[in-house]
Parts: sequence; C-alpha cells; structure tokens
Amino acid sequence: MENLIALLIAAPLLGAAVLLCGGRRLDAVGQWIGTVLAAASFVVAVVLFADMLGKSPEDRTFTQHLYSWIAVGNFRADVGFQLDQLSMTFVLLITGVGSLIHVYSIGYMEHDERRRRFFGYLNLFLAAMLLLVLADNYLLLYVGWEGVGLASYLLIGFWQHKPSAATAAKKAFLVNRVGDMGLSIAIMLMFTTFGTFAFGPLLGTEGHPGIAGDATEGKLTAIGLMLLLAACGKSAQVPLQSWLGDAMEGPTPVSALIHAATMVTAGVYLIVRSAAVFNAAPDAQLVVTVVGGVTLLFGAIVGCAKDDIKKALAGSTMSQIGYMVLAAGLGPIGYVFAIMHLVTHGFFKAGLFLGAGSVMHGMNDEVDMRKFGGLRKYMPVTFVTFGLGYLAIIGFPGLSGFFSKDKIIEAAFAKGGTEGWILGGVALLGAAITAYYMTRVMIMTFFGEKRWQPDAEGHEPHPHESPSSMTIPMIVLAFGSVFAGGFFSIGDRFLHWLEPVTGHSEGDSPVSALTVTLATMVLLVVGAGIAYLQYGRSSVPVTAPRGSLLTRAARRDLYQDDFNHVVLVRGGEHLTRSLVYVDHTLVDGVVNGTAASVGGLSGRLRKLQNGYARSYAVSMFGGAAILVAATLLMRAV
Amino acid sequence: MSASAVHSLWTTAAEPISKIDAPKIEYAQLSPTLIVIGAAVVGVLIEAFVPRKSRYYAQVFVAVVALAAAFSAVVALAASGYGTTKAHIAAMGAIAVDGPALFLQGTILLAGILGVFTFAERRLDPQAHGNRVDAFAAQASAVPGSDTEKAAVKAGFTTTEVFPLLLFAISGMLVFPSANDLLTLFVALEVFSLPLYLLCAVARRKRLMSQEAAVKYFLLGAFASAFTLFGIALLYGYAGSVSYATIAHVVDGTITNVDPALAGTMGNDVLLLIGTALVVMGLLFKVGAVPFHMWTPDVYQGAPTPVTGFMAAATKVAAFGALLRLLYVVLPGLRWDWRPVMWAVAVVTMLGGAIVAITQTDIKRLLAYSSIAHAGFILAGVIATSPDGVSSVLFYLGAYSFVTIGAFAVVTLVRDAGGEATHLSKWAGLGRRSPLVAAVFAVFLLAFAGIPLTSGFAGKFAVFKAAAEGGAGALVVVGVISSAIAAFFYIRVIVLMFFSEPKPEGPTVAVPSPLTMTAIAAGVAVTLVLGVAPQYFLNLASQAGVFVR
Repeated sequence: MENLIALLIAAPLLGAAVLLCGGRRLDAVGQWIGTVLAAASFVVAVVLFADMLGKSPEDRTFTQHLYSWIAVGNFRADVGFQLDQLSMTFVLLITGVGSLIHVYSIGYMEHDERRRRFFGYLNLFLAAMLLLVLADNYLLLYVGWEGVGLASYLLIGFWQHKPSAATAAKKAFLVNRVGDMGLSIAIMLMFTTFGTFAFGPLLGTEGHPGIAGDATEGKLTAIGLMLLLAACGKSAQVPLQSWLGDAMEGPTPVSALIHAATMVTAGVYLIVRSAAVFNAAPDAQLVVTVVGGVTLLFGAIVGCAKDDIKKALAGSTMSQIGYMVLAAGLGPIGYVFAIMHLVTHGFFKAGLFLGAGSVMHGMNDEVDMRKFGGLRKYMPVTFVTFGLGYLAIIGFPGLSGFFSKDKIIEAAFAKGGTEGWILGGVALLGAAITAYYMTRVMIMTFFGEKRWQPDAEGHEPHPHESPSSMTIPMIVLAFGSVFAGGFFSIGDRFLHWLEPVTGHSEGDSPVSALTVTLATMVLLVVGAGIAYLQYGRSSVPVTAPRGSLLTRAARRDLYQDDFNHVVLVRGGEHLTRSLVYVDHTLVDGVVNGTAASVGGLSGRLRKLQNGYARSYAVSMFGGAAILVAATLLMRAV
Repeated sequence: MSASAVHSLWTTAAEPISKIDAPKIEYAQLSPTLIVIGAAVVGVLIEAFVPRKSRYYAQVFVAVVALAAAFSAVVALAASGYGTTKAHIAAMGAIAVDGPALFLQGTILLAGILGVFTFAERRLDPQAHGNRVDAFAAQASAVPGSDTEKAAVKAGFTTTEVFPLLLFAISGMLVFPSANDLLTLFVALEVFSLPLYLLCAVARRKRLMSQEAAVKYFLLGAFASAFTLFGIALLYGYAGSVSYATIAHVVDGTITNVDPALAGTMGNDVLLLIGTALVVMGLLFKVGAVPFHMWTPDVYQGAPTPVTGFMAAATKVAAFGALLRLLYVVLPGLRWDWRPVMWAVAVVTMLGGAIVAITQTDIKRLLAYSSIAHAGFILAGVIATSPDGVSSVLFYLGAYSFVTIGAFAVVTLVRDAGGEATHLSKWAGLGRRSPLVAAVFAVFLLAFAGIPLTSGFAGKFAVFKAAAEGGAGALVVVGVISSAIAAFFYIRVIVLMFFSEPKPEGPTVAVPSPLTMTAIAAGVAVTLVLGVAPQYFLNLASQAGVFVR
C-alpha cells in the first residue's frame, strides 16, 4: 500500500510530461488527459486515506524510499516520501480541490488556444505541490517548493501577451526568490547544526523524539526565522505579500487553486511541519505570530478598498492565511486549528474564486465590481454557491469558517498574558473587517441595481449562468464550505486525527469560549451592518469616489509597492550600477592587468628559448649548480 | 715498497676468484622486460632476414604481440601478489618487483601498444610512387633533399627499424622505475634514451628540424647523463655501495662499518648531498622540469609526432617512477634536505611551463610546455612524501599518458600540403569543418586543463590533495594558480577551434586507419572513464603505492 505514494506524484507528473511534450496532436484531448490524471491521483489519495483510517493512530505514518539521490561523504539526500496525517490532509485537499478545478477549467478555458499547455502546467503544479507535502526531507521539499514556484510563475503569466500578466509573473517569481533564499539557508543551517535534514531523525518519529531541539536556542531561532522568511514568500505574508494581488492576472482557476487553496498555504505547512524547531525557539514563534497578526489586518484592510473582485478576494486570502500563520505561531495550542482553517479555507476560498470566475465568464471578463450589481437573478447557481462561501468566510454560525476561525481566536487568547490579549484582539478585529469587506463584495456583485455597461467595442454584456462543468465544482465546494467545519469540529474529529503528528495542548484562556463566540458574533454583525449601510442602502457609484486617506492607501496596497520601488528597486539599481562600475574599473583592471603582465612575462621568458644547444647546456649547468648549492644550503641551515 | 709486500698484494689479488657464485635470476618475475628485449632482438633479425616488402607487417606483429604478452605478464605478476604481499627484490638486488614497478610497467606497456599503433599509421600522408608511407623517413641515413633520398623514396623504402628501436626504448623504460641500484638505473637510462635520440631524427617531413632536434636531445641528454653518473660516483663514495638498500641504511645510520678503501669519504654528508642533487638532476632532465626543460619544446616539435606522443607519455612515466623510488626508498632519511629544493623546482616548473605556454603559436610546442607544467604538478605529488603521494602520482601518470598519446595522435590528423599543420592559426574553425576531431581534441585539452569529468581533474585533485595533506599547502596554491593560467591557453585552443571562422586555405583532416583511430578512441575512453569513475583506479593505485625496500 505504501508503494502507492509515488503514484500520487507520478500521475500528474506524467500528465505534465505528456501534455507539455506531446505537441499539437494532443490539443483536442489535452484537457481530458490532464483532468483524468488529476482525478487518478485523487483516487489514489482516497485509497491511501481509507487504508490509513484502518490503522491505529500510532501506525499512520507511511514511508516510501525510492532511491538515494546524492550521497557524498556524510552528506546524504534521499528521494523518499513520508505520508502521515498532516501530509494526508494536504494530499486530499490538493488532489480533491485540484481535480475540481481541472473540471472547472474544462469549461472556463474552453475557448483558449493554448488550453493543452494550461492543463500541462496545472498537472505540473499538482505534482510539485504533492512532492512538497510528501517529501521526507527538507531538500526534497525544497525541490517541490521550487516546483510550485515555477508552476505559479508559468500560470500567472499564462496570458503572457498581456504585459501586466508578464510583469505580475516576474514579480511573483522575484519576491518568491527572497523567500526561497530563506528556505535554502534554513536547510544549510540544519545540515551544519544537525548533520541531516531528513524529517525522521530531525523532527522525530512516533516514540522517538527528534534531535531538532538539541541545538542552542540561538541556532534554532535562526533556523526558525529563515523558515518563516520562506513561509512569508510562498504564503504572501508581510513583508513579502506584494506579489499576491498582482498574481490575479492569471486565469481564475489558477487563482482559485494555487493562489487561494493550496500553494499559498505551503508556508503554513512548512511551519507546522517544523513544529519541533519552533517549539524550541519561542522567539521565532513570537515573530511568527506577529507576522500572522500584521498580515491578517493588512490583507483585510486592503480587501476593503479593492474594486476588482479578484483582488478583493486576494486581500482576503492574505488575511485568512494570516490567521493560519498566527495560529501556527501559537505552538501546540494552534497547530491543529491552523491546518483546520487551512482546509475549510481551501473549500470556501476556492469556491469564492470559482464564483468570481463564473461571474467574469458571464460578464465579458469584467472584474470591476462597480460594474456588476443585481447579478443574483441572472446567475442563481453562482449566487447561491458564492453566498454560501461568503457566509462560511465571515464565520456565520454553523458554517465551516465559524468553527475554524473561532478556534483560532480562542487559541490566540489562550496564548496568555499581554500577548494573548493583543493577538486575540487583532484576530477579533480581523473577523469584523472580514465581515465588512465580504459583505461589500457580496452586495456590489449580486445586489442593488444593474450597473454594467457596454465594453470598448460596444458589446453589451449578457450575464448568464455558466456551463455545468463550471457550476458542479462550485456546488461541490459549497458543500465543503457549509459542512466541513462542522464535520471536523463535532467530537473534535480533526483534533484527534492530526494530534499524533502536531501535538496539541489546551491553553489557559482568560476568556471563556462562549464569550469569544459571542464577541465574534457581535463584531460580525457590526462589520456586515456597516457594509450594508454603505453599499446596500445607498447606490454604488460606477466610478470610484476619491475616498478617505485610508481608502486611498488601501487601494494602493498600503503603499507597499511604492516602498519596495523606492527602497529595493531604486536602491538595487544604484547598488548594481556601482558594482558594475567597480567591476569595470577595479576588477577588470586587475584581471586584465594580471593577464597582460603574465603575457608579457611569457613573451620575455620565451626569448630564453633561443634554440642554441649551448645556451640550453649553460642553463642546465646553472640549474645543477643551484640544485647542489641549495641542497647543501638546506643542510647548513 | 718491499718485494714481499708486492708479493702479498699479488697473492691476495689472485686468491678469491674461485669464490664467485652463480647469480640467481628470477626469470619469471623479470618476464615483462625480458619479453620486450627478446622481441626487440627479433625485430633486428627481421630487419636482417625478412624481405623488405613484408618487414612492416612482421615488425608491427612482433611489436604488438610482444607488448601485449608483456602486459599480460605484468597483470599475471600483479594478480599473483607481487604488487603487494610478495613484493621483493629480484636479480641479486638489481630489480625491484613491487606495486609501483608493476603499475608503471603496465602503464608504459599500454602506452607502448598505442605508440606502436601510431607508429604504424600509413594512411595519413599521400602515397609516394604508389607506396603507402608512414611518418618516418624512407632512409634515415640519406642526406635530406639529396638524390639518395629521392631514390629511396622512389624505391618505397621505409624505416621499419623504428619498431625494434621502440621496443628497446620500452625495455629500458620498464627497468628504469624498477631499478634498485644506481648502476642498473644508469644502464636503463641509457637503454631507453639512445633509441629515443634516434627515433627523433627520422621524421619524413621537416627532416632537418627533426635531425636538429635529435642532436640537441642527444647532446643535452649526454650532458645530463654525465651529471647523473658523477652523482652516482659520489654516492658510491659516500656509501661504499650502489645498492639502494645499502645507501638507505648508511643514510639512516644502521650501517656504520666503514670500507677501509673508502675511509676518506664514506659517511661524508657533503658527498651524499651533492651526489643526490646530481642524480636527481638527471631524472629531472628526463621529466622536463625547469630549469632542465629547455630541450623539451625543440624536441617535441622536431620529432615525428608519433614519437613525440609516445616519448611524452612513456618517458615521463618511467622517469617519475625512478624519481619516486630514489626519493622514497633511498633518501627518506634526507627528507628535510631534498624537500625544500624540490619545492622550489616544482614551483618554477609549474609556473614556468604554464606562463611560457601562453605565447606559443605551434600546437606541438604548446603541448610541450603543457607537459612541463604537468611535470610540475606531478612533482607536487612526489613532494607529499606519503603513501597517498605515491598513489596519486601513479594515477596521474596513468591518466596523463593516455591523454598525451591521444592528443598527439589528433595532431597527426590535421594536415595541409606541407604535412602536419601545427601552426595554431591553421586550427581556427576546425570545429566547423571537422566537429568530431575537434570535439575529441577538446576533450583532451579539457583533461589537460583538469576540468571535472575528465581524468585530468581526478589526477590533479588526487595529487593536490596528497600534497596539501603532506604539508605542502603553499605548493597547492601555486599549483592551482598555474592551473588557472594553463586553463587559459587550453581553452584558447578550444575557442579557436569552435568559435573562429575557418580559413579558406585551411588544413584538411585526414581519415586515419583503424590503428590511429584505436589509439585516439582508447585515449578518449580512458580520459572519460577515469574522469567519471576514478575510484576503482585510485584504489588500484593506492594498493600499488608501496615500495619494497
């Protein structure tokens, strides 16, 4: 059974190879090949999951060793997989949501000429993401990490003829490189500190604590911070969040799969997987919670001001991942809830994005919410599924988000002390803002009067419901949005499932769970109410008003890009210019000078070789004399 | 002097004659050398008795069979443990049969077989009067350009004597690294040098240059031999013996009884030091170390290219073998005296070879200077004075000899109307015209430069590692700097071949017979195998790296 693990990755990898190398012959069937192989991977995942459930919680870690990748001296890297409850959760999410989005893309990308390539990239992403979560050591994880980065780059820039898409892809790639540096440094630090980067010895297995906690706290903090940097890059956390909004230039299924449900949560996976490191480095944990808390508010504030439906959702993604990172930073109190929120978020955020895609599909690819309005009559299925996703994300009682988010807020308070109050407060505030901006999206899109206008060529949009290949995935995801949270929480199912891997402890919360829930409810109503007053009661202007100072800042992503531009881009340009100058004058001067002087020396020495046997003999005689003299001198000295 | 004293002198001198014992010779263990010498003698007989038409085939056959048989004998000896557990000194203390000796003999024999292949090549030059011709003069004794020479060419004469000469040279080279006393060393030196002087003189084209090279080589070689012989005499004066073992014992003080006839000199360290320096100088001459390298470029350029290839490979193997044995067996007690001097020699050799090579314009001279630089790299391994040093030098020599023979074999292929086109400017754009030949040559150049995945890298790495561990870190730094300088001119040739426009009047690449092709293919194969998977051969070299004393 454990030999099936490789098959999980092999199926989409095969798909990517076939689709990307197959050429135009496969244009007609490309989407089917890609979808079938993604679904095959999902089937394998379900089989493995069933097998895992049949075992006792202690025996649920499967491993598969494929081959020894690099073995030099004491440096040893294997290609091997480890499938435990944590990876299983991800595998199901990735293959499940991934398969749904493949199905959705069949309809969404129907008219795109380069559809075969699109499905090839999607399969490549699945393979890389599965490698990331299944690797049994950090180096192999890094391969998957880079693989998803590559797939993300290719898919953001899929419509490369649009300069904005090409730029966005490049930006995502560059910002991610910063995070990747963090991961590579962390791996190197692990190797120098522990002599290994394999999960087994490092993080421990059932009954065998790992050696990760043995190092000094300083080193562990360093490793932890580097891992956090990696997580920030991949999961769009402050300060490396700037790429996610632009990444919405990619096709909407990509935004749903990669930039909402799966890839952007890789950072959370990394932190939770490295729990053994973070548990022993409280300072690093504190930084993790701070990053999570800041991003939570940052994303939410940005989400409030965006008129582009996908960018508003992107801000929301950032904010929700902020919740997860915050929870992961809380340590054993929060790991389980971070992952639980990750899964429920995977459902409702993917559903929301697919809904947004469906709206765009019916509206000539319009993304400006100010030009929507009243669409509930034209797109009933989209409206209902989107609406359920909306209720889930704001934490409406009984729906998925309610259970998972509430737990994180409770855990934040349970951190204890001043930190607990601050983090809990931030999380509560975030919940209120979430309710505000999501209600705003909902109202602007589906309620109020029609505001759509003819496009540049004079085509009046004809909003219509999307084909069933698109609506069925939305319906399935809506089911997840509604029931997943409850299913996980009742009887603490998810907690018991994941606890053997991540560990769990109940914190000592200063406020009762009921109080937290009530406070959340109150803030939810306040947030949604303000949005209703602003957008539901009064009409929405088609062109955005100037807005307050905060609105304008939020529209510009709180000036993050401007900051990056001035400090990093300009600064970098100056730095490279001066380095080039130094290179030209100093380095080249030294190099060329050396070369010239060696050449000159060569020319002069060459003259000694004059062709006369007599002068050669003299040189030999002199050499012999020096040899003898030197040997005698050595003895004398 | 009284009459009785004279009489007693007379009687004592006459008495012990009856006490000579028959020498004990282990023929089986000396069989590699004996086979080659025997074949050389047969080769001479072939010259005397076999009809001219058949001589070439008979000579090639005898040479290849003899070398292959000798190589099998070496392998058999090694397999039966003479390289390790059964290593001992044979032939009344004259010849050592041990790991380094067998390893180097095997290398020399393989180089010899490839050498025979390149010697026997007859398809490169256009036919003269309907006869296939090789790289050697029709009649070596004829004055260049004379009527005699023309008549010889017309008659289809060939100098098939090169094969027995080659075999004699190889037999001397086989003895050289296994010689265990100074006289055997000297005899072996002369046995392999004299045929080489002759071989250098018999080029078919550019004969004057070839003869000039031979004369220079002979004069300077004789000069160096004289130094060596003088050094041997001084060492005898110091130790009262020419045997390595005895000298070593006198050096380390385990033998103290003084021969009354040598009472004035024995144990005098000045004799030891001067003698050592002079003998070592003779060997440094053979390996082409600065400042005894001056002959190398002229001789490499003037000699027929197949001879150059063989000589560059095999001489270096034999001479470094002898140098290793001398320094490790005889003089370990003198380590602190000879090491600093050898340091200096290694440094100037590495730098000198690499620097002067930069401005060379002739491919054969370029390779000559490259061989000088390589001699310096190998010296770095010699200086390590550790078992690793010995094994790394053995490995390097094995790797280097195949690259060298292959590279010179490629040089024989690139030709224009005047024979081989050795001027570098003519090699421009060779990669466009003949990609395969250029690629093969590029492989050899990369190996010379020590680029990873070639044998050159593995060898250089082993040598530098041994040197660094032997406390010669500074030497390694110089070695790496020289390698960087050397890489410049190797890469320059590659750039020239692949990235320059071919000249309209450029040379053509001749299609060789399977003989040369085999030599080149073997060179490439060994270069790549030793580069990609060197471990087996490194282990072999390190098993073979122990001298018998």
